[in-house]
Amino acid sequence: MEKRKRPLSPHLSVYKGQISSVVSVMQRVTGGGLAIGLVYFVYWLGAAAYGPEAYARAHWFLTSWFGYLSLFGFSICLYFHLCNGIRHLVWDIGYGFEIEQVHLGGIAVLAGTAILTVLTWMVFLLTGGGAS
Amino acid sequence: MVALMPLAKFFLPANSKIGEGKRYSAPAGATNVKTFNIYRWDPDTDENPRIDAFEVDLDSCGPMVLDALIKIKDEVDSTLTFRRSCREGVCGSCSMNVDGTNTLSCIKAIEEVKGDVDIYPLPHMSVVKDLVVDLSTAFAQYAAIEPWLQADTPAPPDSERLQSPEERKQLDGLWECVLCFCCSASCPSYWWNGERGYLGPATLLQAQRWVADSRDEATGHRLDELEDEMRLFRCHTIMNCTVTCPKNLNPGKAIGEIKQLMIKRG
Repeated sequence: MEKRKRPLSPHLSVYKGQISSVVSVMQRVTGGGLAIGLVYFVYWLGAAAYGPEAYARAHWFLTSWFGYLSLFGFSICLYFHLCNGIRHLVWDIGYGFEIEQVHLGGIAVLAGTAILTVLTWMVFLLTGGGAS
Repeated sequence: MVALMPLAKFFLPANSKIGEGKRYSAPAGATNVKTFNIYRWDPDTDENPRIDAFEVDLDSCGPMVLDALIKIKDEVDSTLTFRRSCREGVCGSCSMNVDGTNTLSCIKAIEEVKGDVDIYPLPHMSVVKDLVVDLSTAFAQYAAIEPWLQADTPAPPDSERLQSPEERKQLDGLWECVLCFCCSASCPSYWWNGERGYLGPATLLQAQRWVADSRDEATGHRLDELEDEMRLFRCHTIMNCTVTCPKNLNPGKAIGEIKQLMIKRG
């Protein structure tokens, strides 16, 4: 009897999520988020260059509930990628490889992202929330 | 787009999907029972892999996960297949996924696991039978880093090649590796890129073991061979390797040290 093709052992579905891998996956996801955010940013700049009507339309879109939601997501992506990017730079110069440092660094990135995002939106909303 | 390409690989192929298996109850009268859910696959049948549940009486079982596996094989199902040898964490044979992370089952205490003990083969590997996976690729990659001492200078005629205590210390944290491949099989990058040339944490730690050896004179050659976007630089410092190493070594750090040497030599 011809033997069956060997199965692939389960991986993502059985491996326990942990700070190390979760933060790494989020680095990828937020990188993707930044790429999408860049489209918004270029649209906004383009509209500003095109003229008052185009800019007004862009402003209307970006201050709609969907625009706010997108920008909120964009700010999370930006701060996460920034904080974790710094963590990667620290690794690249040869520090922070001990397990405790890896875990602490991961938690610091998550905390930093939350704090910076909340601060940004507090300042933004307290100073008028983009209303012109 | 490159990041999206391996999306299909996130799911198991049809022949690897896991079905429900049998349940083997504990002997009557057992009071201290723990259930072991174990991945099974028999190459001689047409069936997909399944999870069998074995209820084990811990009062008549040794303390380690491997003890339970041996007890099950002895008393319940002699076809249960797994690798083991030294039963004390120095041979590296019994590596598997226990309770969600990779470890050597002989030094993993049953009582460390809350609830049922889920046991799978090392992740993202070709399964030979039950908990035995095909490590041919991993060992071929290990061979590729030429894991032996290379020196043009002949050894002293009347002694071995000597090292100072400081030079010897450079090998600590590297020589202890038993090549169980728990770390490589914990690394998502090795899951997606192992077959495409990424050497993985176990082999890269071994590479650093020879790079760091004061008696070895092939450092330049070794670094030349490693300086490759696939072989070395698919390490994205995820650090699952270091978290999972049953010998408490730090493959992630060893890889970081190789990258440092790449920068320093320009």
